[in-house]
Amino acid sequence: MSEKKNVTVHEPMFHLAKRPVIHPVKAWAIRLTAIVLGLLFCGIAAFILIEKLQKNPDRIDDFYYCFIKGAFSTNRKLWKFLKNLAILQCISLAVTPAFRMRFWNIGAEGQTLMGVLGAISVAFYLGGQVPEWLLLVLMFIGALLYAGVWALIPALFKAKWNTNETLFTLMMNYVATFVVSYFLVVWVPSGSSTLGKLKYGKLPSFGHDYLVIVLIVLALTMFLYIYLKHSKQGYEISVVGESVRTAQYSGINVKKVIIRTMLVSGLLCGLSGYLIGAGLDQSVTTESVGGQGFTAIMVSWLAKFNPLVMLITSGLISMLNSGAAQISQDFNVNGAFPDVIVGIILFFIIGSEFFINYQIIFRKKDQKEGVK
Amino acid sequence: MKKLVALLLTLVLCLSCLPAMAEDTLDLSDVKLGVILLHGELSTYDLNFINGVQEAAANLGLSEDQVILVRDIDESQACTEAALDLVDEGCNIIFANSFGHESFLLEAAKENPNVQFCHATGTRAHTEGLANFHNAFAAIYEGRYLAGVAAGMKLNELKAAGKLKGDAPLMGYVGAFTFAEVISGYTSFYLGAKSVCPDVTMKVMFTGTWYGETEERAAANALIAAGCDLISQHADSMGAPTACEDAGIPNVSYNGSTVESCEKTFIVASRINWAPYFEYIVKQVAAGEEIAVDWTGTIATNSVLLTDVNTAVAAAGTEEKLAEVKAQLEAGTLKVFDTAADNFITVGGAKLESYLADVDTDDNFTPDTEVVADGYFHESEYRAAPYFDVRIDGIELLNEMYGD
Repeated sequence: MSEKKNVTVHEPMFHLAKRPVIHPVKAWAIRLTAIVLGLLFCGIAAFILIEKLQKNPDRIDDFYYCFIKGAFSTNRKLWKFLKNLAILQCISLAVTPAFRMRFWNIGAEGQTLMGVLGAISVAFYLGGQVPEWLLLVLMFIGALLYAGVWALIPALFKAKWNTNETLFTLMMNYVATFVVSYFLVVWVPSGSSTLGKLKYGKLPSFGHDYLVIVLIVLALTMFLYIYLKHSKQGYEISVVGESVRTAQYSGINVKKVIIRTMLVSGLLCGLSGYLIGAGLDQSVTTESVGGQGFTAIMVSWLAKFNPLVMLITSGLISMLNSGAAQISQDFNVNGAFPDVIVGIILFFIIGSEFFINYQIIFRKKDQKEGVK
Repeated sequence: MKKLVALLLTLVLCLSCLPAMAEDTLDLSDVKLGVILLHGELSTYDLNFINGVQEAAANLGLSEDQVILVRDIDESQACTEAALDLVDEGCNIIFANSFGHESFLLEAAKENPNVQFCHATGTRAHTEGLANFHNAFAAIYEGRYLAGVAAGMKLNELKAAGKLKGDAPLMGYVGAFTFAEVISGYTSFYLGAKSVCPDVTMKVMFTGTWYGETEERAAANALIAAGCDLISQHADSMGAPTACEDAGIPNVSYNGSTVESCEKTFIVASRINWAPYFEYIVKQVAAGEEIAVDWTGTIATNSVLLTDVNTAVAAAGTEEKLAEVKAQLEAGTLKVFDTAADNFITVGGAKLESYLADVDTDDNFTPDTEVVADGYFHESEYRAAPYFDVRIDGIELLNEMYGD
């Protein structure tokens, strides 16, 4: 090969190279550019899809203002935004320990739903029969128990028989939905499968109704940051994530770490479920988690599994969601449009990671038909 | 003489204008209606509400700013939040369309006594005792009865042509849940068919979901395999109608016409028209009058509609027969749940003389109200939402609540 010295090689116009390191400022600049481009693209999509905008192009300001309006325009919306952020953040924190271990747990949806079911089961059977404070404690235990068991099952299979955790946890999501359907049938003899809001088991509130939830999640974020970055167990998780062989060589009991970490993930999902069940809905439906268990995967991944950065990513996604809902309301557009908007922007953000990991190198002019 | 006639005609014209003028003087500009929807246009159930609101807004001349639609609101705290947001937006009537919204809408109603809250399909308005919380439904059993008449006539035609699959006509019905709303629906459909085709029987299969294309299609196919000559459904997707079209089995639909995609098998469909209710609540609020605690739209208030009959599939003379039965229902001379007629509504071979229904919702769902009197079952009279949940002879349930 080295003898072919005189053959001209046509260098492509550009080629891709993996970046060795990237300055964090530059990385965030790329991400911000992606968001701006995504928003511009949404504007184009809006012109194509929204009749009201076609008739009245001046309202494009209103269109973009919706992203602010949806989350911040009234006090009530601001609190709703903070609450949505907190719940999404809580589930994102839950998936994070397992992800740092490269254990691809995509079962947070089902684990959280089981958490809601655990809390509501206790409230359904014991509500009014025990003091409210005791009921809330038992509901908490119920939520952790259900969600913990739901996370432990795939972890045990992984540790014992090395089953594929992605498929296993995904399947457990569907099973959880059917378990909830089953209990709704048992609990509601009229056959409507609608439990409605229960009378007992409401998380006490001070200040604003949602303040407790926000504070709990904030504290949890700090705790998880310290646990993952500065504790021995957190370090073990990172080592297992880097290389199982290295972990074994350095004397880490990998099976134990897998099971323990999944249990932590499950318990945090249980806490999320408790916040939804006791803090918000006081009821359970198959839609109680509403896909946030899947969104959380993206929130966690975008934040590079860093609990503090996750506050930004879950805030961004909550803002996008409320903005998209506001657009649907103000422009009276079909139900699928908000998903299109959120989808476009997420596509750009995820796409931007490519340009953070790789750089495009254009051929230089003097090398146009150069010889290698 | 001519002058007199002209004078009389003018007078009649003026008089007939009076009620209209009275309505015109009603100032609707202060009314703002917020509508909370479980899904959006993609669900036939929600689309039916959206069409109803838009029709009402057009009829009343409401401006765009006076109607706000909020889509994709779960049966959770999200419903309370959406309702409170609508209060912030200045709405003075807030409507929610899904059964599970009720307890969450009630929370918002308790906080805002000056705003009227209306809930479709709910059951708790008459027991909660809140002055600003109201339930509404329509006597859709009248529409299903009519659709059943069309089905019975089709069965008679198949029978005369010797095209029945078995010895006696058999219908299949795909239901969502074993729940009064569904039971009332399939029973009235069956009675409509039985009124013209006395030896008909029916098999019912439940899917356990309000919207499940796969489950509904599977249930319809199972019923077809079990020898059904005709299928109807109480479910929101196109699952059952398309299964019928593929198998060439006649179908009686719900929520709207499916003739475009099922032209070879679609006979007729019944649906609830929500426009009269929306018009009613807007006018009541504008006039400062109270909204009824329970409002039941009927075939006479135009709240229950039948689509056009697909004459290519329906038996000859269906349209004429339906017009005749409809007139009887409107006049009140025909009762759908007629318990006095011989060989019509029987349980274990005996006529239904008495029935305690669960009208007042409580935690244990205990039956509390006698609903059989004067020779018929008084459906949707003690509250708007259906409570007919009697298992009558001639209808066999293949499963309960879920496809096992």
